[in-house]
Amino acid sequence: MADELRNVPVPAKPALWRRPAVRSLVFQILLVAGIGFFGYTIFQNTLHNLEQRGISTGFGFLENEAGFGILMTLIPFDETYTYGRTFLVGLLNTLLVASLGIFFATIIGFIMGVARLSRNWIISRLATIYIEVFRNIPLLLQIMFWYFAVLRPLPGPRQSLIFNDTLFLSNRGLYMPSPVYEQGFWLVVVALAVAIVASIMIIRWAHKRQEATGEQFHSVYASIGLIVGLPLLAFFMMGMPLSWDFPVLQRFNMAGGMVVIPELAALLVALSIYTGAFIAEAVRSGILAVSHGQTEAARALGLRPGPTLRLVIIPQALRVIIPQLTSQYLNLTKNSSLATAIGYPDLVAVFAGTTLNQTGQAVEVIAMTMAVYLAISLTISLFMNWYNKRIQLVER
Amino acid sequence: MTVHTPHPDLPPPTLSVGVLGWLRSNLFSSPLHTLLSLFAIYLVYLTVPPIISWVFLDSTWVGDTREACSGTTGACWVFVKVRMNQFMYGFFPESEYWRINLAFGLLIVLAIPLFIKKFQHKGKLAIFILVFYPIITFQLFSGGNFGLTPVETSKWGGLSLTLILAGVGIVASLPIGIVLALGRRSEMPIVRSVCVVFIEFWRGVPLITVLFMSSVMLPLFLPEGTNFDKLLRAMIGIALFQSAYMAEVVRGGLAAIPKGQYEAAEALGLSYWKSMGLIILPQALKLVIPGIVNTFIALFKDTTLVLIIGLFDLLAIIQQAFADPDWLGFSIEGYVFAASIFWIFCFSMSRYSMALEKKLHTGHAR
Repeated sequence: MADELRNVPVPAKPALWRRPAVRSLVFQILLVAGIGFFGYTIFQNTLHNLEQRGISTGFGFLENEAGFGILMTLIPFDETYTYGRTFLVGLLNTLLVASLGIFFATIIGFIMGVARLSRNWIISRLATIYIEVFRNIPLLLQIMFWYFAVLRPLPGPRQSLIFNDTLFLSNRGLYMPSPVYEQGFWLVVVALAVAIVASIMIIRWAHKRQEATGEQFHSVYASIGLIVGLPLLAFFMMGMPLSWDFPVLQRFNMAGGMVVIPELAALLVALSIYTGAFIAEAVRSGILAVSHGQTEAARALGLRPGPTLRLVIIPQALRVIIPQLTSQYLNLTKNSSLATAIGYPDLVAVFAGTTLNQTGQAVEVIAMTMAVYLAISLTISLFMNWYNKRIQLVER
Repeated sequence: MTVHTPHPDLPPPTLSVGVLGWLRSNLFSSPLHTLLSLFAIYLVYLTVPPIISWVFLDSTWVGDTREACSGTTGACWVFVKVRMNQFMYGFFPESEYWRINLAFGLLIVLAIPLFIKKFQHKGKLAIFILVFYPIITFQLFSGGNFGLTPVETSKWGGLSLTLILAGVGIVASLPIGIVLALGRRSEMPIVRSVCVVFIEFWRGVPLITVLFMSSVMLPLFLPEGTNFDKLLRAMIGIALFQSAYMAEVVRGGLAAIPKGQYEAAEALGLSYWKSMGLIILPQALKLVIPGIVNTFIALFKDTTLVLIIGLFDLLAIIQQAFADPDWLGFSIEGYVFAASIFWIFCFSMSRYSMALEKKLHTGHAR
């Protein structure tokens, strides 16, 4: 028996090309070689083609004078500034519309997501209709609808729709009063900062005390009081250093105040409504993901409906909502590039549009534009991952 | 002996059953809900009747000229009716419309058996649709062979172009996406990192910049003299972009397959490709069919972006119709028409994906 076993031939080592380690090594070397060759060919072709067209490579063009104006700029800009400045202007406009869009879309999304789950029949029906309608229509179509069909055909400035003598809506945009900060306003800002820091400290202290002794402290009321009260106090102490610059109708146009140009308004409305529908779905799925047993358990422990929602349901729902919310925020930021279809001067429209056409530096311009979006994407997802981890810790 | 007969049940309070009961529990259950309901009803009253009368009651459906619409306050559907052929077929020569009809008719006829439960050869049919049908459609659209008059791609447009872009997108992005997803889960570090970089790159940039890149930069990348079609360039851009999203969907499916399945396949002595092709992928893909359909919906909506690089899909062709001096001022009708077509497609697909999700829920999901 034992002899028989000893006589079984040892299986021969597999041939070289059958060994997994060798195979994977060869395969990966081939892959690297293939990618390298591909990249090299593209590089050579590009250099050759650029040379043929007489386009110089490099980022030197960023120093040249742009020579074109931009519809809306957050920083000073005119024709004499450089191409590099156009990049900055476009980037700031993109960031502006993305952050405003995220703000409004989140509000709309949370309200609609909760409304869709409401016990109130008509409210939940309306929310469902909103979600199903706007989710299934292309965003570009919605942007163009708001711009070309709603805002552009509005009457001219002289026939503006006037709300309460402060808001003027016309085809030049929405004019509204702008705040004018007078001397001494800095104290209000300082007071606000102090109040925010103080409330964070109070909340931390209250939390620690509750963990240690079980005594509760109404830190929410305290911090609201601080954040509202302290700046208000400073405001009155300095003799109300704030006035409003109201827009006034002149012969052909409006003067004074600040304006939301129709391009920005259309983009913002479309982005918020479209993304809001997706966020609403995320919110709904998050709330539904918390099993009903959690509510029942919380009630059995004697928690009232408010704390049940605040301490039991929402923290668990957020864990489902946050990842989906992140990807919606990213989508919104990327979708803001559709601005180019209606002429809102965002990064793609200004930099990858006008600047690219004027300079012909396609490779550099597109690479810079893509790098910006990649950087924004990575930053938001890093931040959200960090937040996600923090929220995940609630699990015990 | 007297038999005790219980007193007959009292009817339930009138306020808790019937219409009144329903109203009470669903609309007016508390002061807050009453307020909300009244507000919502007011909102509906403000918006719905005007919309209905604009779309149906006051609208104009008959006629061929602008004059037919003068004097009405409602929608002028004549505008859409007059341009219907263009919206559907783009600038395709009118005598050749039958080719487009044939192509899409063929697709419908081929797809019907896929929904019949008893049909045995679904796999073969699906392969036929994915591999051979596109070739047939391409021949029908571009012509040149079999005695068909050639039609340049610049003449393609309207809804048929939208459907072609979406179709090419899905057919090309699914296999690329599967390969990328497998690569991302590979044990070979270089393969894995190449796939990760590829996927994250395409997912991190907006489709517009991809389309710009394909229309501005692609010609620079290729050897001098090769010049290919604008439509093809857009298709390549869309396919690469969408394949990254598809890869993430497929990866989700691969991750949901229990480890025992991988181990069982290995224990049977199957090679990597056999174990993937016969054991893992069939289960993983089945799990993520709803996700694939959702990606397809996103892709379908994203095809409108080709407007920006100058292709005439449904939205673009409607947009350019507004510039017709004979038909100025009918943009709302045009947008509503485009929106309803997109909506019908996307909504039915999303319902289909929901139904599939229910049907395929065979216990793998955790």
